[in-house]
Amino acid sequence: MISIVNLNKSYATPSGTLAALRDINLTVNKGDIYGIIGFSGAGKSTLVRCLNRLEEPDSGSVFIEDREITRLSTKELRQARKKIGMIFQQFNLFDAKTVFKNVAFPLEVAGYPKERIRQRVLEILELVELSDKAESYPAQLSGGQKQRVGIARALANEPDVLLSDEATSSLDPKTTYAILDLLRDINRKLNLSIILITHEMDVVRHICNSVAVLENGRIIESGSVQSVFENPSQETTRLFTRGMGDGPFVERLARVAAPDNIPGLAALQNLAVSA
Amino acid sequence: MQEDLIPLLAEGLGETLYMVVLSTLVSLFLGLPLGVALVVSAPGHILDSPRLHRVLGAVVNVFRSIPTIILIVLMLPLARFLVGTSLGATAAVVPLSIGAAPFLARIIESALKEVDRGKVEAALSMGATPWQIIGRVLIPEAMAPLVLGVTLAIITITSFTATAGAIGAGGLGSLAVRYGYLRYRDDVMFATVAILIVMVQGIQWSGNAIARRINVNRQKL
Repeated sequence: MISIVNLNKSYATPSGTLAALRDINLTVNKGDIYGIIGFSGAGKSTLVRCLNRLEEPDSGSVFIEDREITRLSTKELRQARKKIGMIFQQFNLFDAKTVFKNVAFPLEVAGYPKERIRQRVLEILELVELSDKAESYPAQLSGGQKQRVGIARALANEPDVLLSDEATSSLDPKTTYAILDLLRDINRKLNLSIILITHEMDVVRHICNSVAVLENGRIIESGSVQSVFENPSQETTRLFTRGMGDGPFVERLARVAAPDNIPGLAALQNLAVSA
Repeated sequence: MQEDLIPLLAEGLGETLYMVVLSTLVSLFLGLPLGVALVVSAPGHILDSPRLHRVLGAVVNVFRSIPTIILIVLMLPLARFLVGTSLGATAAVVPLSIGAAPFLARIIESALKEVDRGKVEAALSMGATPWQIIGRVLIPEAMAPLVLGVTLAIITITSFTATAGAIGAGGLGSLAVRYGYLRYRDDVMFATVAILIVMVQGIQWSGNAIARRINVNRQKL
């Protein structure tokens, strides 16, 4: 079970202080797949990175399984991080290591004996269906395979929670769903809590059971996916849920919004057309 | 071509190789930790320590600004202290390594900075210690540029040894000055330059080959 209490984070920029997170309060139950959705710049990545203190919050607390993450010393934090898995949009695999060695890395860091590491790596590679790629290098894999390695690596130490920072945002739709299905599978098999950051509502719809909508650093709406979808109370939420239909995100967005209420939409549309 | 040419060249080459190998090892010993420290003390990196970063950077810059020949002269007392003399190949290793170490540090810093920050973050997110990140992520991921960087340093050190040769350190550079220049021995001049060219070519080729070998297994099939 994960709780976030009154979390705040700002950045100093040349043009003044930017409040990235304002009074965030959130609870994730054990075994939940919790989605956090918002437009770019809403603070989603900052939020998930505060959970394992890759970003240091300015104030507030983060509790993961009754451990107050925000109060841990550097050494204790390292220990705690071993039980928090994280996957990234750009995969962040170690190109100099084989798939096997990538997945073994967190176990080596934790100091397990070689034989134990071998067993665990093979076990986990089977879970993500990549057993035949153990001796391949990341450059030889497709995007979906790379993310599977990322997932395997994040799960190696049997974490209590998996943080997913836009992990499917650079994958094509078919691969995205394959990865989401894998995550849902793992969630069921291991009762692993997952916190998933995304800007795509389809992702949330596909596997999340709860969702929070983030805008300008604040949670403007949260609840079960079903209730938020059926009764969006905020305009931004409605933008995500209503009448979006199919097609590239920008097109769908354009159907429900106008350039003057989404800054940058016109520029986005031009980009999409010329891409 | 006089008959003392081969023995002279053999001795000169031996001294040059001795100076290059020893200086490279010592400057690696000094420069590698310095280069790593420059990278990890940078703001936002794993040992985020802006003051240390600035101090190290300044020290490196100062040494880099001193022309080699002046550095050699300045280091003579230190050489005398460490080696017992200020003459000869071993003594020359002192100023050569101290001159090359900051250069090597910058090259290593540059190679390590090329490693994607995301990989460092992934390692941090798994609870790795700074030493583990340096030794198991930063350095292995940067191995090819590191090899090429060290190759560049070795070649630079080779040219430093020629300068050192001008002030009594021995080696091929010394031969070129004492025989080729001062005694008008064209054959010596020509031969020493030819050997140095072959040597440098060989070092560069080896470095490139090693770097290529490192990458070839990991490429897309």
